[in-house]
Amino acid sequence: MKKTLLLGSLVATGFGAGAATAATLDDVRAAGQVKCGVSTGLAGFSAPDANGEWQGFDVAVCRAVAAAVFGDPSKVQFVSTTGQTRFTALASGEVDVLARNTTWTFSRDADLKFTFVGVNYYDGQGFMVKKSLGVSSARELDGATVCIQTGTTTELNLADYFRVNNMSYEPVPIETNAEALQQYLAGACDVYTTDASGLAASRATFADPENHTILPEIISKEPLGPLVRHGDDEWADIVRWSLNAMIAAEEYGITSANVEELAKGTANPEINRLLGTEGNLGAMLRLDAPWAKNIVTMVGNYGEVFNSTIGEATPIGLARGLNAQWTQGGLLYAPPFR
Amino acid sequence: MAEIRFVRTAMLPPQEPPVSQIGAVRWVRENLFSGWLNGVLTVASAAFVVWLALHVGPWFMNAVWNAGSLAECREILAGTDGACLAVIRDRWPQLLFGFYPSELYWRPTLALLLLFVALAPALFPAVPRQLLWFSAIYPGLAYWLLWGGTLWFPVVALAGFAVGIAVFIALRPVLPLVAPFAGLVAPVFWWLFAVVPVTGLLAAVLPVGITPVRSDSFGGFTLSIIIGVTGIALSLPLGILLALGRKSDLFLVKTICVGFIEFIRGVPLITLLFTASLLLNYFLPPGTNFDIILRVVIMVTLFAAAYMAEVIRGGLAAIPRGQYEAADSLGLDYWKAMRLIVLPQALKISIPGIVNTFIGLFKDTTLVVFIGLLDPIGLSTAIRANTNWNGIYWELFLFIGAMFFVFCFGMSRYSMHLERRLKTDHR
Repeated sequence: MKKTLLLGSLVATGFGAGAATAATLDDVRAAGQVKCGVSTGLAGFSAPDANGEWQGFDVAVCRAVAAAVFGDPSKVQFVSTTGQTRFTALASGEVDVLARNTTWTFSRDADLKFTFVGVNYYDGQGFMVKKSLGVSSARELDGATVCIQTGTTTELNLADYFRVNNMSYEPVPIETNAEALQQYLAGACDVYTTDASGLAASRATFADPENHTILPEIISKEPLGPLVRHGDDEWADIVRWSLNAMIAAEEYGITSANVEELAKGTANPEINRLLGTEGNLGAMLRLDAPWAKNIVTMVGNYGEVFNSTIGEATPIGLARGLNAQWTQGGLLYAPPFR
Repeated sequence: MAEIRFVRTAMLPPQEPPVSQIGAVRWVRENLFSGWLNGVLTVASAAFVVWLALHVGPWFMNAVWNAGSLAECREILAGTDGACLAVIRDRWPQLLFGFYPSELYWRPTLALLLLFVALAPALFPAVPRQLLWFSAIYPGLAYWLLWGGTLWFPVVALAGFAVGIAVFIALRPVLPLVAPFAGLVAPVFWWLFAVVPVTGLLAAVLPVGITPVRSDSFGGFTLSIIIGVTGIALSLPLGILLALGRKSDLFLVKTICVGFIEFIRGVPLITLLFTASLLLNYFLPPGTNFDIILRVVIMVTLFAAAYMAEVIRGGLAAIPRGQYEAADSLGLDYWKAMRLIVLPQALKISIPGIVNTFIGLFKDTTLVVFIGLLDPIGLSTAIRANTNWNGIYWELFLFIGAMFFVFCFGMSRYSMHLERRLKTDHR
């Protein structure tokens, strides 16, 4: 009886936890920083530099939220999370927002009770093979040995793809990306499969990238985006529109270089509303009027962040592809700021 | 009368031993080629060593120390095979100290040096006993150096022990039966209810403090050593108590100890770590700042204590029954008999097992990588994720492995020294 009572009260505390975190914005303001869950290390997306400063494409989302809330992109406490700990860290309130190249799926949204606020990178699963294999399409991979990370959606996608195309394969299950690359380079498998961005990043690190090729087939949809807990729409809006502000800023040609100039007022009312010189969009989010201007000034617009962290000028060397603006044939489409 | 044909009157000068029985030749014959099987094995091993040296040697010889990225390393190597040790040169402070502020590196370093000072009286008999006082305050001092903040917090926390002893001494003449329990309970109440307000009060009256450093700044070997040393230091006394409890005649004590030991030993450490990092978060009220390093240290300590208890129980079982009876016949009570007669012998027997557990515990600290703490292995992933060093693999693992080897080999050598020093038998 006593044990049941104790367990009952523990569970009640747990539910109390869910209810009490309703006003995340107030908690964040009280703490003086945004607690942001990032990957423990993914090339170009999140990694600490030699001084321990976190850098990367996902990290920029955290910094954008901090810039919007505090006007200071350094007010972020980065919590490194692994594939196993990330969802619990978010659900339990250890982090306020998770920006950790997480695929937006139905069950994560509905069953795990998270709100995906948008997509900051459209990825998809691809294949890398050695050129000497003489393969030019994934359809020719019948009977291949495939290096694959266990416990990921890529494993399931691979099985689906080979079954649909009536091909057989021999999986070589491997725990981490670095280990998988060693195995692939040592010839333990013919093919390495993971997200196309990861393949491009890995290929760039090889001593002989010209001897490896990434096959044109993309076999899955991997929309990666930041997410927050269910139950606090106000906070979800702040993160969603911080991301949208970065995307919209690129669309309207607002960069960290010209934002000061444009913030003095322009003929374009949409730019004025975004930068807070017209209307009161900031107040609707309970933020300062120049919240979006702060994001662009301190972090940059979507294109600037992309180019400096994972773009073609970096060793990762990813092309914009699907991640171009809708006006450029991509999928990025920020709703109007009105 | 037998005729004596020959009697040697002078001793022959001793001859040189045959060539095969002296010097290097004899050593080689005895140790390397004492039979055809050993001869074959020797040749095969020598061939393997040469092969290894030929393959790994150039890799080390060509090592590049000055480069800013893996690409630059490859440029310098220009196609030859070589290690890119520049990554170690670039990132060794991070591998050692994690994200600790670089201007404060002296603090963990000093804490480590003082650790050896604090350990000295326990490890070497030649050191003056007065130094034990330093060992007693070292935990508070190390906490203060590592985490910073107000000096009063560790002082007030350590004062809890003084409170416990004071309550025990004050109550002993009045209520001799209640005194030990009161002495145990009083510090707990002190830590739960008095530490925070008293610290606040003292800090307001006399602010003494250094820059605080948050737990998420800890990483690399600093983190491994903190978890390892705390776990080792706490698991030994806890393990002794559990071992004694398991051999106790009191049913309740025995059941609790057996249950605890069997439960912890039946669960993998990684499960306990996940419990510490994930499950506890659901139960604790939101906003509770139950430090993740503290949670991990508690779990690692409990885990090691269960193993330690069994190692020490083995030592206790090896003590002949006569020793217990001798202690009883001298009129010693339970604690005195254990402290003066049984435990010194049992612990001596258990030294190899104890050090074994210590080394295992220290290496197990790398498991925290699975709950997202950046220990050396976790940092190697993070370093590899940096665009400069993406693709580097063996160099980081070799460095981490070498560091762990130094610590574990040190512990192992000390345990052998201790065994020789405490050797009292005549085998």
